[in-house]
Amino acid sequence: MNAPLSNDPAAAAAPTPIVIVGHVDHGKSTLIGRLLFDTDNLQDGRLDAALASSRKRGLGIEWSFLLDSLQAERDQGVTIDATRLPFTLAGRGFVIVDAPGHRQFLRNMITGAAGAAGAVLVVDAAEGVREQTRRHAMLLRLIGVPEVIVVLNKADLLAFDPTRTNAAAAELGALLARLEITPRAIIPASARDGDNIATRSTRMPWYNGPTLVEALMGLSAPLLPVSGPLRLPVQDVYRQGERRFVVGRIESGRLALGDTVVIGAGGHRAVITAIETWNAPAPEAACAGQSVALVLEPEVVVARGDILYDPAHPPERAMRLATRVFWLRQEPLRVGESFHLRLATAEYPVRVTAIDAVVRIEDLSAQPGDEVPPEGFADITLACAEEVLFDAFRSGGAGGRGVLVDGYQRIVGGAPVLGPARRHDAIFPLDAAVSHAQRAAAKGYRGAVFWLTGLPGAGKSTLARQAEQQLFAEGIDAVVLDGDTLRSGLNADLGFSPREREENVRRTAEVARLMAEAGLVVIVALISPQAAMRAAARRIAGDLFFEVHIAADAAICEARDPKGLYARARKGDLRGFTGTDGSYEVPNAPDLGLDTGRLSIAEAAALLLAFISSAIVPVASETRR
Amino acid sequence: MTDLDQLESQSIFILREAYQRLKPLAMLWSLGKDSNVCLWLARKAFLGQVPFPVMHVDTGKKFPEMYEFRTRYAAEWGLDLIIGTCPPVEEIDPSLPPAARSAARKTAGLAALIERHRLAGVIAGIRRDEQATRAKERVFSPRGASHRWDVRNQPPEFWDQFAAPIEAGAHVRVHPLLAWREVDIWRYIARENIPVVDLYFARNGQRYRSLGDQDITFPVASEAATVEEIIAELYATREPERAGRAMDHEAEDAFERLRTAGYL
Repeated sequence: MNAPLSNDPAAAAAPTPIVIVGHVDHGKSTLIGRLLFDTDNLQDGRLDAALASSRKRGLGIEWSFLLDSLQAERDQGVTIDATRLPFTLAGRGFVIVDAPGHRQFLRNMITGAAGAAGAVLVVDAAEGVREQTRRHAMLLRLIGVPEVIVVLNKADLLAFDPTRTNAAAAELGALLARLEITPRAIIPASARDGDNIATRSTRMPWYNGPTLVEALMGLSAPLLPVSGPLRLPVQDVYRQGERRFVVGRIESGRLALGDTVVIGAGGHRAVITAIETWNAPAPEAACAGQSVALVLEPEVVVARGDILYDPAHPPERAMRLATRVFWLRQEPLRVGESFHLRLATAEYPVRVTAIDAVVRIEDLSAQPGDEVPPEGFADITLACAEEVLFDAFRSGGAGGRGVLVDGYQRIVGGAPVLGPARRHDAIFPLDAAVSHAQRAAAKGYRGAVFWLTGLPGAGKSTLARQAEQQLFAEGIDAVVLDGDTLRSGLNADLGFSPREREENVRRTAEVARLMAEAGLVVIVALISPQAAMRAAARRIAGDLFFEVHIAADAAICEARDPKGLYARARKGDLRGFTGTDGSYEVPNAPDLGLDTGRLSIAEAAALLLAFISSAIVPVASETRR
Repeated sequence: MTDLDQLESQSIFILREAYQRLKPLAMLWSLGKDSNVCLWLARKAFLGQVPFPVMHVDTGKKFPEMYEFRTRYAAEWGLDLIIGTCPPVEEIDPSLPPAARSAARKTAGLAALIERHRLAGVIAGIRRDEQATRAKERVFSPRGASHRWDVRNQPPEFWDQFAAPIEAGAHVRVHPLLAWREVDIWRYIARENIPVVDLYFARNGQRYRSLGDQDITFPVASEAATVEEIIAELYATREPERAGRAMDHEAEDAFERLRTAGYL
């Protein structure tokens, strides 16, 4: 192919996109107008229009009129939407994205800034850091703009005084340091008069750093992640006659004919046998940024959302994701809400299971919170019913660019994926004030106690373990409490007298209740032979309690005898053994009865799982908050 | 990758997203240079055959050369061509200035086509650098049931995630060429050898830089008679592209009003 597969700057003549951000009235539009004028980048029509507009309103040249091309904007005196302007500096192409300063228009800024190679943060030297300065700086970090240049505008208001200007610069530097942003330069300037924009200011001889134009020339051209591991998110699959083409744009890395790739979560492998094109010679290789159409052999199942990747460098997998959201919906984000998480072309149903920390914009500190306000930032945990394939988000990279969409396919927030959520990584642990209902709303299921009673050998422990395993696989936290385990620890002091058996049941029920209230699905496997004992347990656990009778004929249980207890009892080694002394009282009206004499283990386990799954659905009062 | 390779790949990505997400979909073909490039990119994206109809909203006032071009290439490229008509100017908002009122016929014709074919997506070859109002566009630009463009309430669009909201009677305008500049269009026409209407090339010291209706489009002074000469001219010029389009210049807000009402 004729295009070189490299980031060789000589080969890549694409203009460098830059974004201009900053608090309202700190001078963004003026800066752009002045920059374009001083660098001879104005089309005659634009300058004429600006001059005419300024004259019409009885003003001198208002540089910002160049950009405020909508009638309504000019009348309000503010820019309401991102504007793009191409310009050149010494033959190098740039595209300016002018982002608005008004809070409610943040989404326009993101739209402009997400693809930028660099940002110019404009700060009024006299006013210093303001709310939108912090908000925009935070966003620059979260959307991954790799380079930041700060213009300390209106230096004339500080009389170009080095001490006062440096103090303002220090305040800014401290803010950016908190966000792990190292600015390329902090430039004291007067955009209106052109000081340190294209030409060095004679009024600030003490300043030795670059002018804005020099700093812009120092920005790296945007790099395509060619050297990363291959990631090709599948957009679609086309058929033409017998041939099938897998199409998409390479997100990172490169591919070549003969390469083996892995497809999506399924893990099937295939070989690239052709790269199809129209009206161009078919290439033998392709790299990040290119849209391709591949022929794969063998014809494995491929669908939109699958990611083709290099077998040697697989992406991460997790069902619970730690993400850092920037929230764009007018209503706050709350725990328990469901969305679709888009990652490249994949779309996963997810639920917000925790708000781990909310950023307080006044000082950028992490605070506990139960909602994320519009245009707010927060660390949240997302849970998905299936495994999500992802690469962690990093500045300037293509991986982990999660976006949340609602049921109407509207984009409601950005959710850069930081990594798999660890179970106890909440910065602010939930305290006792969190109710069972809140937990249920948060997790999407409610904690409960499933009390499996039945003869020894009926299959209680086997079924409990199977249910636990399957619930866990579905992302539900389940735990088994069985008699033997409890008697080896918590209840080690108890024997088998009637009183001690009662106490054994009481403690087990108390522990089960605590765990269920903490949101766990608790499966108790305990003979609990007397109806009175089980009634006591139900009183303790309240409406979280479900009695499940694992029934089987005594003869069958004795034939199974998994622990050899029947044999010992028959020999007289074991006294008061429930299996043989006839003392087991069959429940009258269990919430569920499973006859393991007739059902296979798999059938019984499936019925138990279905029962548990329906019983832990949050009730209406738990889904609303 | 060169900058043209990157623009081409991005446009192909957008066209494939549109085809995957918006059904039924159609592409507008104004017969101008941008829409020819857009069509060419669709042929690349779908490996030769455009899998959706191509619509020409015909005001009946185009140049004869444009109609010849339409007939020839619709057949040569195997296009599923739909031709829509426009209502007479008397039926258009009389408060618009004369040229804008004439141009607004096209908005009405387009609306009729969208409704008749119940389109969910309409691909249009507009570019940000053409006109300040177009600079504010999204790649996926949702239009409500009235087809109006709500410039103050546009969806966020980042990381190549495009919103296609579900709403009865609504459609999405898809703009694959938004990031292209006028000179990029001509460089790509040169690279790919894409045919264009002859009116773009100078005759007797004049050429059309932008093509619309005969009565409201005017040639500019130029000696550029080949694609290469046009590229050289564009690198040197300081004249805006749409200087010859009358409706842009009648009043400060004329073009914005046209666009808000659904004009391209």
